[in-house]
Amino acid sequence: MSEHVLSSKMYYGIWIALMILTVVTARVAFIDLGPFNTVVALVIATGKALLVVLFFMHVKYASEKLVKMVIVASIFWLLLLLLLSLADYGTRYARHG
Amino acid sequence: MADSTATPVHGPELLHHFSTAQQQRDAASLGMWLFLGTEIMFFGGMFLAYLIYRLLYFNEFAAGSRSLDIWLGTINTIVLICSSLTVALGVRAAQMGKRKLLVILLLLTLIFGLAFLGIKGVEWYAKYKEHHIPGMSFDAGDLIRDYPQIHIDPAHEQIYFSLYFAMTGLHALHMIIGVGMFTYLLYHSMKGRYGPEYYTPIEMGGLYWHFVDVVWIYLFPLLYLIDRKPLG
Repeated sequence: MSEHVLSSKMYYGIWIALMILTVVTARVAFIDLGPFNTVVALVIATGKALLVVLFFMHVKYASEKLVKMVIVASIFWLLLLLLLSLADYGTRYARHG
Repeated sequence: MADSTATPVHGPELLHHFSTAQQQRDAASLGMWLFLGTEIMFFGGMFLAYLIYRLLYFNEFAAGSRSLDIWLGTINTIVLICSSLTVALGVRAAQMGKRKLLVILLLLTLIFGLAFLGIKGVEWYAKYKEHHIPGMSFDAGDLIRDYPQIHIDPAHEQIYFSLYFAMTGLHALHMIIGVGMFTYLLYHSMKGRYGPEYYTPIEMGGLYWHFVDVVWIYLFPLLYLIDRKPLG
């Protein structure tokens, strides 16, 4: 069995990065960035999700191409659902004050 | 292995319809990821409902979001991240055959998981006392008083809290299932069932746990951090 084992240092590094990003996103929410508050919050969330998926879930190191295809297809499906639906609802109504 | 024609030597965990342990592992991994794909679709519908209503009723969503306890939300995010660390280290301990360490890490994961659910319960109870649970006794009067700068329609406010309870409730249900799963894994770890030659259940349970963590990573900013900046 040649599963390679990742160093525990790396796991602690990812953990610290996740903690810092959590505190940053909670603090930044109180600063007025106009419409960019949401953008910043979602970018940080996506960064955290990527760290978890790539390192904690071993997608970066130990997964087959078939597994990667399932992941990419799932995310692609999710984006289709969200983006196409928002393209509809986002343009259907006049802006609410 | 000198004699390749003899029955391969393997543990009892290799099922007869797989040729090798590696093949069995790969199949389990693919199956788990396919399941997580269906979970993305499951939660995806909720996220879409959230996005559409947030677009339509932004003021109500902002006021509802401000009424959540940001401290408890942040602490819960940190608790879940810590539990993901103990799960990742647990899989590593199993890979390296450190059975005692594996038991300790699984126990820590369970404690973090239960702590998350406990804190969530405290938050839900606060919402119950504030009459923020959608239904007959729902009352958005406090929010209307607190935020006179924005127009708040109580019916639309209920939509925010319906989505809040549906999304955190579905997430908490996944946490409860995860706690059950890890109790099972802990029991079998204590019996020394998992080691370098067989740790697939730990790895698959770990994938599920991390996935539930990722869902929370998105729920936290979307529900708690909508509009915290000072009202102009």
